Amino acid sequence: MNQNILTTHVETSSDTGIRTEEMLLNVGPQHPSTHGVFRLVVKIDGETIKEAIPVMGYLHRGTEKLAENLTYTQIIPYTDRMDYVSGMTNNYVLCHAVETMMGLEIPERAQFLRLIAMELNRVASHLVWWGTFLLDLGAMGPFLYAFRDREKILDLFNELCGARMTFNYMRIGGVKWDAPPGWIEKTKEFVQYMKKELDSYHQLVTGNEIFLSRIEGIGKFDEKTALDYSLSGVMLRSTGVNWDLRKNEPYCIYDRFEFDVPTGTGGDCTTRYHLRMAEVVQSLRILEQALEQFPSEGEVLGKVPRVIRPPAGEAYVRIESPRGEIGCYISSTGKDKPWRLKFRRPSFTNLQILPKLLEGQSISNMIAILGSIDIVLGEVDC
Amino acid sequence: MSELLQQAPSLGNTLWFVLAAVVLLAVLLGFVTYAIYFERKVIGWMQLRIGPNRVGPLGLLQTVADVTKLLIKEDTRPKNADRALFTLAPILAYAPAFGVLAVMPFTESIQFADLGIGLLYYIALSGITVLGVITAGWASNNKYSLIGGLRSAAQMISYEVPLVMSVVGVVLLTGSMNLREIVEAQRDMWNIIPQFLGFVVFIIAAQAELNRTPFDLPEAESELVSGYHVEYSGFRFAMFMLAEYVYMFGMATLITVLFLGGWLPIIPQLDFIPGIIWFILKFSAYVFFQFWLRATMPRMRVDQLMSFAWKVLLPVALFNILLTAVVVSYQSGMF
Repeated sequence: MNQNILTTHVETSSDTGIRTEEMLLNVGPQHPSTHGVFRLVVKIDGETIKEAIPVMGYLHRGTEKLAENLTYTQIIPYTDRMDYVSGMTNNYVLCHAVETMMGLEIPERAQFLRLIAMELNRVASHLVWWGTFLLDLGAMGPFLYAFRDREKILDLFNELCGARMTFNYMRIGGVKWDAPPGWIEKTKEFVQYMKKELDSYHQLVTGNEIFLSRIEGIGKFDEKTALDYSLSGVMLRSTGVNWDLRKNEPYCIYDRFEFDVPTGTGGDCTTRYHLRMAEVVQSLRILEQALEQFPSEGEVLGKVPRVIRPPAGEAYVRIESPRGEIGCYISSTGKDKPWRLKFRRPSFTNLQILPKLLEGQSISNMIAILGSIDIVLGEVDC
Repeated sequence: MSELLQQAPSLGNTLWFVLAAVVLLAVLLGFVTYAIYFERKVIGWMQLRIGPNRVGPLGLLQTVADVTKLLIKEDTRPKNADRALFTLAPILAYAPAFGVLAVMPFTESIQFADLGIGLLYYIALSGITVLGVITAGWASNNKYSLIGGLRSAAQMISYEVPLVMSVVGVVLLTGSMNLREIVEAQRDMWNIIPQFLGFVVFIIAAQAELNRTPFDLPEAESELVSGYHVEYSGFRFAMFMLAEYVYMFGMATLITVLFLGGWLPIIPQLDFIPGIIWFILKFSAYVFFQFWLRATMPRMRVDQLMSFAWKVLLPVALFNILLTAVVVSYQSGMF
């Protein structure tokens, strides 16, 4: 930790003789708005933040190290626990990396199931973000509305793979389970339902004057800063950079569907709010098309060798998770276990800009800014 | 009852004095118990939940259980807290909130003290509650408490100004500060119509005075954990909660008396329904309004809160005074 933050400035006003003191405030790791066990040491002058230092690692479980002693299939459940709000994308990035190394063919039906699962998860993840962001700003209602709708997605996942958060759904070469009968119809219904619900979300929150004035113009940064900090996802797109891996480097079968990449130029919390809401709409759009074109039959797991041994060498793949660019690097020596595994976690990278954004802000803004970054601590600490 | 209360204290009637206060306190505790239950139920329904439904029939004993739990909890005090002030703070917060009820006319006959300056008494006494909050914030020796306490002091003092200004219109209209006379003057028309501007300012400022959504910054959970009472536990904490709800009781009573015609019926033909029923109806409508706000509104930011009080509410309240003064003097043939 930076030692400078520990020295607080004491000053006595020459006019009034009043002694003022800077104060160190320890936010977290048990603070209700740090979304888990994130700790932030801030130096405040009144309510103005002079300096902030994030302290991470309270949820570090050594996933990457553990993976070195696990076979590739055994690593999949560990990825669920990284970004536990969006487990499907994590499942996918690992499988995608191994499949790329081995040059495996994925059956059509499995591709569709993967894509549907990932997009549903993106909607679920943004719903969690929407609810908790509003909760941080003091509105309790939206949180429960968002969770009601997320619950429907989790129920769908439950039917699909028997788990609600830690899915362990994808396998190298496909997916573990086929969609149960009627599942596709249920998902279609959900997409229509969610579209209607989104309108009511906007009615409840987006027009609220108090809400808008709270997030307008705070946590602002420009394109250059975003690129310098290697931000991705909505954090990057809010500064006007049109970069979405689903479009720019299509993986899975994203190139078959029509969708837009919402981009804003404000670079502040308001822009990020609107972008995430717009992304839900786009995800629903993808889902609609995918569910329509869903193949009526086919294999869900391709022809995969019984023991998975990627050839010696290394591979790095990246995909677009709800939080940004999630990457997986595998270095293999041709054995059934990776020699080294590394995840590029978007939450971790996006969080690095926090101290810069917090400087000069008030404590209330701190919560809003942290919320707008959308971190998942499981992923930050990995 | 008023004859009894206007007697000089003597050995014979002291008992009655004490008894009356105890009865009021019991009514109040009953209100607080079920206001909390009502709040949790209402907000629960608004938020797709059920609310308390386990303890007792329909969960009616939930609050009783909660209070019992608080009572038997260990009484913790932070090591470096200012002992005397730490103990004093909950009392300082509670006493004035209870004291203001003395002048409240609930109906024509139920009123403890019929003061000529009832309104002024209320305003003066309610100004003290901020002391309890800031004392608690200071004495806890906790940074979150301190910030919460200071926020609260700034907020309550700022909002007291438009709050007081907004009732001046009512006083001008009635020509009296006696709460009973203010109600009687609303026989033809409730003050909410001629004093609509004042009513709006009052209801907003009252929300801030009560530290409730969207002005619940002093105890902003997501920012300050829970603000000034973060170090309090057990019954001391219960005292703060009690003070908050009792103050709400007082504010709801005041708003009913000042703007909604107190115990008067909505139209004179409905006079056969007792005044207390009317009072409770209006009172509950306001309390419900508060819960409704809590279920839907986000929280304001502290700097916006201040500028809103001084730049918006205060000018509007002053304009309302001017307007009322002009109209009143025009009606009394000054021009």
